[in-house]
Amino acid sequence: MTIQPSRRTFIKIAAGTGAGLIIGLELRVTPVQANAPFAPNPFVRIAPDNTVTVIVKHLDKGQGVASGLSTLVAEELDADWSQIRAEFAPADASKYNNLLFGPFQGTGGSTSIANSFEQYRKAGAIARAMLVAAAAAAWGVPAAEIVVAQGVLSHKSGRSGTFGEFAEKAAELDAPKDAPLKDAKDFIYIGKSFKRLDTAAKITGQPIFTQDIHLDGMVVAAIIHPPRFGAVATKVDASQAQSVKGFLDAKIIPQGVAVYATGTWPAFKAKGLVKVDWDEAKAEKRGTAELLAEYRKLARSPGLAARNEGDADAALAAAAQTVEAEFVFPYLAHAAMEPMNAVVQFDGDKVRIWTGSQLQTMDQIVAGAIFGVPPAKVDVVTRYAGGSFGRRAVPTSDYVAEAAVVAKAWGKPDPVKLVWQRENDMKAGYYRPFYVHQVAAGLDAAGNLVAWRHRIVGQSILGGTAFEKALVKDGVDPTSVEGISDTAYGIPNFRLELHSTKVGVPVLWWRSVGNTHTAYAVETVMDELAAKAGRDPVEFRLALLDQAPRHAGVLRLAAERVGWSNPSQPGTFRGVALHRSFNTYVAEVAELSLMKGGGAKVERIVCAVDCGVAVNPDIVRAQMEGGIGFGLGAALRDAITLTDGAVDQANFDSYPPLRMSDMPKVEVHIVDSRAPPTGVGEPGVPPVAPAVANAAFKATGKRILELPLGLDQIGRA
Amino acid sequence: MAFDLYVNGRQFRVDAEADTPLLWVLRDELMLTGTKYGCGQALCGACTVHADGSPIRSCQTSVADAAKMKIVTIEGVGGHAAEAVRAAWRELDVPQCGYCQSGQIMSATALLMGNPAPSDADINDAMDGNVCRCATYHRIRLGIHRAAEIMRG
Repeated sequence: MTIQPSRRTFIKIAAGTGAGLIIGLELRVTPVQANAPFAPNPFVRIAPDNTVTVIVKHLDKGQGVASGLSTLVAEELDADWSQIRAEFAPADASKYNNLLFGPFQGTGGSTSIANSFEQYRKAGAIARAMLVAAAAAAWGVPAAEIVVAQGVLSHKSGRSGTFGEFAEKAAELDAPKDAPLKDAKDFIYIGKSFKRLDTAAKITGQPIFTQDIHLDGMVVAAIIHPPRFGAVATKVDASQAQSVKGFLDAKIIPQGVAVYATGTWPAFKAKGLVKVDWDEAKAEKRGTAELLAEYRKLARSPGLAARNEGDADAALAAAAQTVEAEFVFPYLAHAAMEPMNAVVQFDGDKVRIWTGSQLQTMDQIVAGAIFGVPPAKVDVVTRYAGGSFGRRAVPTSDYVAEAAVVAKAWGKPDPVKLVWQRENDMKAGYYRPFYVHQVAAGLDAAGNLVAWRHRIVGQSILGGTAFEKALVKDGVDPTSVEGISDTAYGIPNFRLELHSTKVGVPVLWWRSVGNTHTAYAVETVMDELAAKAGRDPVEFRLALLDQAPRHAGVLRLAAERVGWSNPSQPGTFRGVALHRSFNTYVAEVAELSLMKGGGAKVERIVCAVDCGVAVNPDIVRAQMEGGIGFGLGAALRDAITLTDGAVDQANFDSYPPLRMSDMPKVEVHIVDSRAPPTGVGEPGVPPVAPAVANAAFKATGKRILELPLGLDQIGRA
Repeated sequence: MAFDLYVNGRQFRVDAEADTPLLWVLRDELMLTGTKYGCGQALCGACTVHADGSPIRSCQTSVADAAKMKIVTIEGVGGHAAEAVRAAWRELDVPQCGYCQSGQIMSATALLMGNPAPSDADINDAMDGNVCRCATYHRIRLGIHRAAEIMRG
């Protein structure tokens, strides 16, 4: 990646040429004003009060990226951690695009640190060079003699000063074309565990979320969605809602019926009294049972080839032993703690949106189209988000679009806050798709894996979206097959096929996307193959990973740390799984115990992760712990099901989340690495369900082919 | 109707329908937005506040009932246990997205006020009603044990 900090570069990108290739560090595009903070580029601002504000281009939804990007700037600036502040960037893809997404501002795919690693360090290095130049000029000493440490510039003559003292002088200088980056051995923050910047706000109840916004004259809207996907409201009767104090109006919109009130409670209460007639002619009316029957049928016929090497059919026919399995993976809801919401205001000229925006550029395009203004006339104020797990990165900007439609239908310049109830959030779709996999694998007489045939049936996440053209190749949605299409296991005869189905249920990426199901199928079949071959599951995998040293590295580390070669405690059973996703390698060993009277409990997960340079090891550990809990919760007992097209679940009683008593002990071991950093938000998720399932097999001798796992049924009649 | 609420040591007069949940009076009338809406059915614990020292779900407590009790929210909670919990939470960087953490801290503080040395089983009992979708449970448990240690001095 080349970074050319020149005004010319910035203008070139702003004009739309060369976008996505290089990011311009905008240099003093706005004239410097007296007492203005020193803002040498779009990513850092240093104020005379000695605070350093890092402008964070990514959404922080808990993964810690505000602290992570700030670490990169602080490192090269040699700032003191206590002077660092983080602030979310405005929506402006010319400055704040994700370098891996092209000319597009957005967060996802565990790319935040990977794409920003050099960019944010460079931003800090340039700011540092300018502060040094300003101090050198003021003191009349060579810049090379100035030392910077913990936010203080000093010279051997005894002179010293803070960043704040030199902020104004530095702002008057021309920025250097480039500034050298530190060698990794000199890092003072990267690779060390520094405290998150957002903890203080989050333990004192500060109003940092969209849900917390109150604006003068703000109207609150609740929403009634149709009972089936694809239905539209035809008639609304709000006569009973008139009795609710604070109720303002109810209006039909394409997404359903918006119920407006002066506050959240009156909006919710009135919503319950509004009667709606629906036209369900175009609605999806199939239930899960019908879909399963269709999917199973499809799984028995050849699909579109996603990968084909050797001759899997012939090798299976010639195999000494075969394993065949059909897996069923349910729809899953993200169920972030903060139900989806957004505040939208249109003053007749500009649109302003406050939300935990994950795809700012898409939100600008979609909201601009709704109000009939260009995307540049849409401001997005990104707020801390109460979780996402993929839900806020929607190719259609669904809930932001809905908020914009709701605000437009209101028809006045008041800010309108759309607040989904938990039930809206649970039933509105954009689920991890429902999938059926059919797998056949074969061993030769010596117990070597010689054949693998894998069919996947399910909806395409990218199909029909703005991203389809760029990302779907020859009809194969890579998000349906990732995690098996790129398997590192050496298998001479391998065929992967895909059936992409059309169902009227909106689907979306869910923390680790395709890997949520492919890792389960691959790692449980691998375990069964090892059992059939009479070999140890770790050793069996390692033998297939000759060409994959980082896979092998995490597998060995997890096995070593759990004491794999020693028997587990009496009454506990171990299972292992290994998976790479988003270029991060994770192995997990699960320990399961059987409970008296039936059921099983996951007691401990030992995790090994290789994510290249761990910018903040404590945040890496936190993401592994959280990913393991998130994946385990869904695997244990979650499924979104449909009856005649209507979603059966509504709240946390019917979609029971992981709770404290379910959470195993988690140990995370990080591989020491100098490789470029890769993401950690998602890769902790894929191995946990298969590791637990493999432990359950050890305990019961039975394979679990349908999720959720139903561990509470183990040992019961 | 007018209700006199006693919240965080202060008296407030609010005008609300009697069935309005305390949660929405706190959030929309008193602007105490630290207490969160997560489910509206006492299933997630994000709305946990203290009423006369005990944890309650403010989404299922009417303003009429709340007017009879001393209410403390995340913005006002203090004292030995709350300070220890916050110190432990900072030390371990417990929160991820943070949306549930007000409720977690209120439940953890109430636990430690009544039981200065909780066992893992006590923690399960006291905290199972507080959902964290980021699954920070591992650190919440460590945080409660650490807070107990801090309280012992």
